[in-house]
Amino acid sequence: MKAVILGGTTGIGRAIARRLAERGDSVFLLAREVDDLTRSAEDLTARHPKRESVGHALCDLERPEGFAAALDAADAALGGFDAVIVTAGLFATQDALEADIEFTRRLVTVNYANTVVFCEHARKRLLTRGGGRLAVFSSVAGDRGRKPVAIYGSSKAGLSVYLEALDHKFHAQGLSVLCVKPGFVKTGMTAGLKPPPFAGEPEQVARDVVRAMDRRRPVLYTPGMWALVMLVIRWLPRFVMRKINF
Amino acid sequence: MNPRNTPTLSGWGRLPAPGVEKLSEDLERLTRGAALTRGLGRSYGDSSLPAKADDLVAGSRMADRILGFDPETGVLRAEAGFSLVELNRLFMPRGWFSPVTPGTKFVTLGGMVASDVHGKNHHVEGCFGAHVRSLRMRLADDSIVDCGPDQEPELFDATVGGMGLTGHILEVEFALARIPSRWIHMESERMPSIDEFLAGLGRAAPAFPMTMGWIDCLRRGRSMGRGILMAGRWAEASEAGELAPRAAHPLTMPVDLPNLAINDLTVAAFNALYYWKHLRRRATTLVAPDPFFYPLDAILEWNRVYGPRGFTQYQCVIPRQAGAPAVREFMDLLTKLGGASPLCVIKDCGPEGRGMLSFPLEGTSIAVDMAVSPEIQSIVDRLNEFVIAAGGRIYLTKDRFTRPEHYRAMEPRLERFLAAREKYDPHRRLRSGQSVRLLGDVA
Repeated sequence: MKAVILGGTTGIGRAIARRLAERGDSVFLLAREVDDLTRSAEDLTARHPKRESVGHALCDLERPEGFAAALDAADAALGGFDAVIVTAGLFATQDALEADIEFTRRLVTVNYANTVVFCEHARKRLLTRGGGRLAVFSSVAGDRGRKPVAIYGSSKAGLSVYLEALDHKFHAQGLSVLCVKPGFVKTGMTAGLKPPPFAGEPEQVARDVVRAMDRRRPVLYTPGMWALVMLVIRWLPRFVMRKINF
Repeated sequence: MNPRNTPTLSGWGRLPAPGVEKLSEDLERLTRGAALTRGLGRSYGDSSLPAKADDLVAGSRMADRILGFDPETGVLRAEAGFSLVELNRLFMPRGWFSPVTPGTKFVTLGGMVASDVHGKNHHVEGCFGAHVRSLRMRLADDSIVDCGPDQEPELFDATVGGMGLTGHILEVEFALARIPSRWIHMESERMPSIDEFLAGLGRAAPAFPMTMGWIDCLRRGRSMGRGILMAGRWAEASEAGELAPRAAHPLTMPVDLPNLAINDLTVAAFNALYYWKHLRRRATTLVAPDPFFYPLDAILEWNRVYGPRGFTQYQCVIPRQAGAPAVREFMDLLTKLGGASPLCVIKDCGPEGRGMLSFPLEGTSIAVDMAVSPEIQSIVDRLNEFVIAAGGRIYLTKDRFTRPEHYRAMEPRLERFLAAREKYDPHRRLRSGQSVRLLGDVA
């Protein structure tokens, strides 16, 4: 794989980048801060004995005007990428979002609108060379309207529907789209929250994601237990969802 | 006991203290205003626990990036949360190993510096701090400085073995050691008594770069201190062959065992089995590094075997000048006091390093796990009184029960450390449960 990773300097993105770099795939990092990028690039370079230095460019999901240039830089460095992974996004608890309307606007814009715009740039480039892989992090929170993730979940619900449609529309042209739906994962994003049962580790999620990309699967629940949990949740009647706080 | 809903932190000995740790990949930002940094929580006692519940404890384990590796010299620079597990996984296949490794690989580089860890090769390589070239630190006044053996040496020497009380370690640079293969050539020998054990350790030290021994600490009388001496070196490529050691698949201890699980009878049975498993008096084998260096890491969360009461480790070093009789007397006292445990380890230490509070000194180190019981304080007190009289000292990384007056009596270097602390943290912003207990910091 020649993979571009937006958000590859932290959390699950960092774990995916490491997994790919260690097995010899080429990686190009996109993130918001130069110092963070250079440190992560050095980390990935050191993880494989025969690796050329890992390239990187600035890219911020809040600045869609920079998307094209960032992907062009990745294309040049990798000699044409064939995989794009998006782990970046914003998160806050429902309470925090209800208390901060401006952050709510930023979060839904980044997680839905700007992520879709980024994916449009990416999938057009992939399609011109006969397809490839696009893996984007949505969330189990997007599977059903739920009290504790009303706003965050809705941004991910929109993204999940977009990714499903992309898969339907371009599968025949060689583009494999993977919608990743992680449950609770112990990363910097969720630090400070009490981990529920079945909380995952970033390395475990990264392993699942890379395997699903290799196998060109369309949807991945990870850790796997969440597929079962969300199956139940999706089928619960509305009057039950009104009562429970899940 | 804490009310159920109060969040707590605990060391490896599982005695909790109220507090929470904050985690972030950005350790530099996280440590601003923090009272303490904590790695993987493998220190046994209260050295990684907050002095009070609302002190900010910065968890370093997500700050785990390699910042540079030179394949010519083996010099590695990494963020302080980079762990020995990762180091071994990535670099052992490439022919490099940490110059010094403690008895668990679940430690961070920052923790290895703060404890100035030692290993089976202490008599040859010294402590981990002896191999550190540079540290980047956030000091109590929130400034960020680099230090090393020749740069800000006072800060460096106070930090190596300084239990995190001089500043937050952000980055560590040190040189890895070349290894000729991924196997250990080990010679082991059953030792019937403490005197033969000490003589055996003395014989093995000049012949082998790595030595240590396991002792059956329940035996009294003539077989007191019987056990198994293990000496090793890295096997040459020609001895080791092509095969790579199998990847370890550790089991996890799923539940707390009841408090009674570790008692004199079960320990005696375990110890007898372990001792006689070594049927031949002497054996030479090729072993993988993991079971050689980290036998206990094969069971994750093994600390749960002591049950909810928790446990501590008593580790001290008896100086060479006190001689073999002092070690024999110590073993006599230890076995008389009881506190049965299957884990008792003996090791020859080399000369003291430059870390102001670094644990090892030339002599014999003995480490023993003990379940927490109503008698634990008096047991530790009695052992400490002996160690003070013998001119030895204890290892802060393991300690939870030593009294401040005992610590002062065994640590003539403390004044120098406190002077450095006065200089770099005059307001004692950095503190831990241990620094409150032993150094009189205000909680």
